[in-house]
Amino acid sequence: MDIGLKEIEYIANLSRIALTDEEKKTFKKQLANILDYIKKLNELDTDTVEPMAYATDLKNVFRKEELTPSLSRQKILNLSPSNVNGFFKVPKVIE
Amino acid sequence: MLLHELTASKVRERITKREVTAQEVVEELLEWINLKEPLIKTYLCLDEDGALSKAKEIDEKLSNGNKVGLLAGVPIAIKDNMCTAGVKTTCASKILENFIPPYDAFVVKRIKDEDAIIIGKTNLDEFAMGSSTENSAFQITRNPWDIDCIPGGSSGGSAAAVSADMAFMALGSDTGGSVRQPASFCGDVGLKPTYGRVSRYGLIAFASSLDQIGPITKDVLDTALLLQVISGHDNFDSTCAALDVPNYISDIDRLDDVLKIGVPREFFGEGLNTEIKSALMDALKIYEANGAKLVDLSLPHCEYAVATYYIIATAEASSNLARYDGVRYGHRSRLSSDSNIVDMYSQTRAEGFGNEVKRRILLGNYALSTGYYEAYYLKASKVRNLIKNDFEDAFKKVDCIICPTCPTPAFKIGERVTEPLEMYLSDIYTIPANLAGIPGISIPCGFTSAGLPIGMQILGKYFDERKLLKMAKLFENETDFHLKRPKLNQQV
Repeated sequence: MDIGLKEIEYIANLSRIALTDEEKKTFKKQLANILDYIKKLNELDTDTVEPMAYATDLKNVFRKEELTPSLSRQKILNLSPSNVNGFFKVPKVIE
Repeated sequence: MLLHELTASKVRERITKREVTAQEVVEELLEWINLKEPLIKTYLCLDEDGALSKAKEIDEKLSNGNKVGLLAGVPIAIKDNMCTAGVKTTCASKILENFIPPYDAFVVKRIKDEDAIIIGKTNLDEFAMGSSTENSAFQITRNPWDIDCIPGGSSGGSAAAVSADMAFMALGSDTGGSVRQPASFCGDVGLKPTYGRVSRYGLIAFASSLDQIGPITKDVLDTALLLQVISGHDNFDSTCAALDVPNYISDIDRLDDVLKIGVPREFFGEGLNTEIKSALMDALKIYEANGAKLVDLSLPHCEYAVATYYIIATAEASSNLARYDGVRYGHRSRLSSDSNIVDMYSQTRAEGFGNEVKRRILLGNYALSTGYYEAYYLKASKVRNLIKNDFEDAFKKVDCIICPTCPTPAFKIGERVTEPLEMYLSDIYTIPANLAGIPGISIPCGFTSAGLPIGMQILGKYFDERKLLKMAKLFENETDFHLKRPKLNQQV
């Protein structure tokens, strides 16, 4: 299985992970190896098989809409790398 | 016998009978940990003050004649991917290096309610991604049976701590074998419950359709005890089963019917270490001698389990780990404070994640990306169904399945770090249970000629943990592998 540098850059961008050139090369090789192994799945005919997302039978869970205690805003904000006036602070989003 | 060598059930009994105080137990254990930690490196964080004050609280309860919980005074280690309010929870990742959760995971709350003492947080592969604990951003944990070997992973710190008597019991999490495989490598008992048996609330998510929390202990009775405490419904995890929890402890020594044990051919073929194979054959003879019937089985789709897993687990991980963006908690890159927000995300994640985590996020996003979704994610979801059907068919014929936990014993530190695929293949026998969602337990069933523990895996029907525990207990009653302890006489 071949996977190009362009593809690595594309998925690195989707993943929001900055990669060095060295890392791109290493991951390119390793992902190609893994994808080669995964090709094994094509040995199986699955045209009539239903996909499965969860192991056990799950039903939608409803509950009453009731107020329960939750963590305070300040306690949550205190975990953030940067906050101001009760908000999370981030670099400029729109120019 | 020294205090720290006791099982959790025994130490609880001695504390509640007032033969020893919880404080004495904690002090003796901490002394032992401080002696052996430089060698084994199991803990990322020890909560000495918290443990001592909790011990005093329990001693006080007892001297006042108050009722105490099922785990009264028992020091427990927690894998560092479960949130502990006020105590650092890092996932062995730089991105959460200084994260102090404001709340307790469901399981943590449960064990606290039963008067357990949390002694510390144990090392793991970063975000539980790995099979050797070498992917920790902070330290390499050693196998107490041979310090040149890995303890397994990803719950390697928890497994090593129990095996080295540095915790009376521990919690791990199992996404593809991360409780059973290290338990097997370290000579412990480790159980992955049925998907939905235990709430995942407060377990830092890796692959949400596969993750389950499970006990790692010195014997089967302790596993039953810890499972009893952590099982049950929780409104905060909508995938948690709303089923009653049976009593796992009562009648654990009684097996009523003649049991049919499935022996799957595919798990005894090529690639299985011969010493492990012969230990398993001996174990099966013990069951036969106790009236069980062995049934030859085929699970034809299990050979596709590793390939299926590395699509599904990475796809779910790529989505779960999107939350580490340097905004709400965790590390934020300093390089990017003036740049745009995408650079901030990308730098933060480049600095915060290790190589295995990056590799899996990339693979997961690849498998989910436009043009590849059907070929990879959808295909894998279908094969997952075939694997589940294999087990459902098998369980029409047998009560449980016995196979090795791992194809090899613990391997050497550094041996597989450069070849991710080879590392993945060490979970070949444990992954199928996660994909199908069934429970599995690993118990010690022998030693290699080099003195490394061998694990036997018993797989069961959905929510039939009770039978697994009884089967495991029967074997334990007939053997003494679980009583052997590593020597730990090496110097640092």
